[in-house]
Amino acid sequence: MNAIEVHNLSKSYGKVQALDNVSFSVERGELFGLIGPDGAGKTTLFRLLTTLISPDSGRAEVDGFDIVKNYHEIRSCVGYMPGRFSLYPDLSVEENLNFFAALFGVTVEDSYELIAPIYKQIEPFRTRRAGKLSGGMKQKLALSCALIHRPKVLFLDEPTTGVDAVSRSEFWDMLSTLKEHGLTILVSTPYMDEASRCDRIALCNEGRILSINTPKGIVSGFDRQLYGIKSKNMFALLERARRSEGVIDCYPFGEKHHLITNEVFDIEQFKIQFCDVKDLEIEPIEPTIEDVFIKLMKR
Amino acid sequence: MRAFIVLVQKEFLQIRRNSFLPKLIVVFPIMIMLLMPLIMTMDVRNVNVAVVDLDRSTTSHRIASHIEASEYLTLAQTTAEYSLSIEALEQGEVDVIVQIPANFERDMMIATPKRISITANAVNATKGGMGMQYIVQTIARTLSELRGEKSPSKLSELVTIENRYNSTLNYRHYMIPALMIILFILICGFLPALSIVGEKESGTIEQINVTPLSRLTFTLAKLLPYWIIGLFVVTVAMLVARLAYGLIPVGSVGAIYLGAILFIFTISGLSLTIANFSETMQQTMFVMFFFIMIFMLMSGLLTPIDSMPLWAQKFTTILPPRYYIEILRSVYLKGTSIVELWINFVALGIFAVIFNLLAAFTYKKQV
Repeated sequence: MNAIEVHNLSKSYGKVQALDNVSFSVERGELFGLIGPDGAGKTTLFRLLTTLISPDSGRAEVDGFDIVKNYHEIRSCVGYMPGRFSLYPDLSVEENLNFFAALFGVTVEDSYELIAPIYKQIEPFRTRRAGKLSGGMKQKLALSCALIHRPKVLFLDEPTTGVDAVSRSEFWDMLSTLKEHGLTILVSTPYMDEASRCDRIALCNEGRILSINTPKGIVSGFDRQLYGIKSKNMFALLERARRSEGVIDCYPFGEKHHLITNEVFDIEQFKIQFCDVKDLEIEPIEPTIEDVFIKLMKR
Repeated sequence: MRAFIVLVQKEFLQIRRNSFLPKLIVVFPIMIMLLMPLIMTMDVRNVNVAVVDLDRSTTSHRIASHIEASEYLTLAQTTAEYSLSIEALEQGEVDVIVQIPANFERDMMIATPKRISITANAVNATKGGMGMQYIVQTIARTLSELRGEKSPSKLSELVTIENRYNSTLNYRHYMIPALMIILFILICGFLPALSIVGEKESGTIEQINVTPLSRLTFTLAKLLPYWIIGLFVVTVAMLVARLAYGLIPVGSVGAIYLGAILFIFTISGLSLTIANFSETMQQTMFVMFFFIMIFMLMSGLLTPIDSMPLWAQKFTTILPPRYYIEILRSVYLKGTSIVELWINFVALGIFAVIFNLLAAFTYKKQV
């Protein structure tokens, strides 16, 4: 039995189709990432799986329990950390933790060894009001609270949004540690670079899942040759590159443009064609998850 | 059970940590009970009277001095010309003009005097009307005194008046129960609604909703602190009424508390229902205001229900404060017992059940 099973799940808010016929499954002990831009339906999916809302059609199971019929059982075996900090800002760190422990009928001591790696970092501030913590500390407290009842499945909705790069990396290290305890973790993020830390990822956009695979599998599914190009006048280059022969697509990507090519494309030919462009640089590069995403989105 | 206790503790902790709420809960009732009865009074005092004395007799002097002696009336001016006084009336210096016609005293002896005319500024209908009445009473008393002195056998009083239950017709004694109800509506109605919608706004309710906690436990834990606060407020209000105005309930205090409990249940149930339908505090506030306006103006708190149009009187039967104000006033002023007021208690009880069921059914943990 998988930890999460989703079959043809749909949910709309009025005319907006937030989730459109989504199916996937997450194995036990897996760290599964939902990667997609804002409005992809990630939060809706989380709210459905944590039984905060009901689906329009389709069904889903979490830890073997149906999200509509057995919502009560699900609530005691999942941990949920919403994208927005939603602990009580006027209670202290310790009070928040004790409060949520009591709601689940456990004590902090029961789960201490599970949350210790995370909680130890904020323990020196345990009497501070949660609202007065820094962003990274708030996130650690929220994670501690979500883990307090030793959930089997952990739902983390954009846990790293708005957190600095160092804290983000630390956070993913913490998730790896938690995985060792056998937890199934479903995490969403708009940052493509975090995707490689997951066991498997689902790329989603506009309520649909575009592709599900391991990060490596996703990248290897990119079957075109990719080049990075660069020059003085980047904008003119973009326009011109798009029109040249053998180019499927060209789009800005950081300080370079990424050029997707087909079989007809010849790099020498391209260089000759663009010999009037100042300081032209072109080199083959490895595709990233973002390139795959852009390609899937345009299809 | 442990979850319930922890929730209630958390609620009290949050109230205490709030920089504003504890002050509101303690200071607000005391302020309202101390100040409002002094300000909110329908008794008309300081009616400025101008006497236009065309008679210049003992009788007219007697009338003027009686007016001056009255605690409600102030003799602002005595003139010999109506036009001067009407000017003063127009300028607002005078509220009522009393004109005593020439030869009034002499004509009175032969029993066919010209009439005394009274002109009142009725822009403020209450002040004009009441001022007029006071003057009529004062003049009537003066004239009957004069007649009594002239005729050999003293005329007996034709009318006797006794105001039962509020013998001095003290408007404050009528108002204080109404103020207590306003306090309940504000503290037990507004605060729990705002507290719940506040959790919606800050998103903390989501975090609660993913726990196995039942909605009944959550709702009860939200309300219990405000029920306790409500009973604290009624106690403070009764103490202030007693110490500051010497108003002691003639009937049993138990009846007041029983009514208070039912009324608090009702009003907090209503506020929860409103909270369930609102997404923001602002929305809650406006909807609450709407109900408060209707409750204050139509439940007989400020104006008697009996003088409303018939359709409005019928409408008041669905307003819970109407029943509690009747209980409070009857118990405070008349000493009516619970048994005699049973219908009011039953009505409040029914409202309490209806509103709380409504609140429980409209609270959605799942959308």
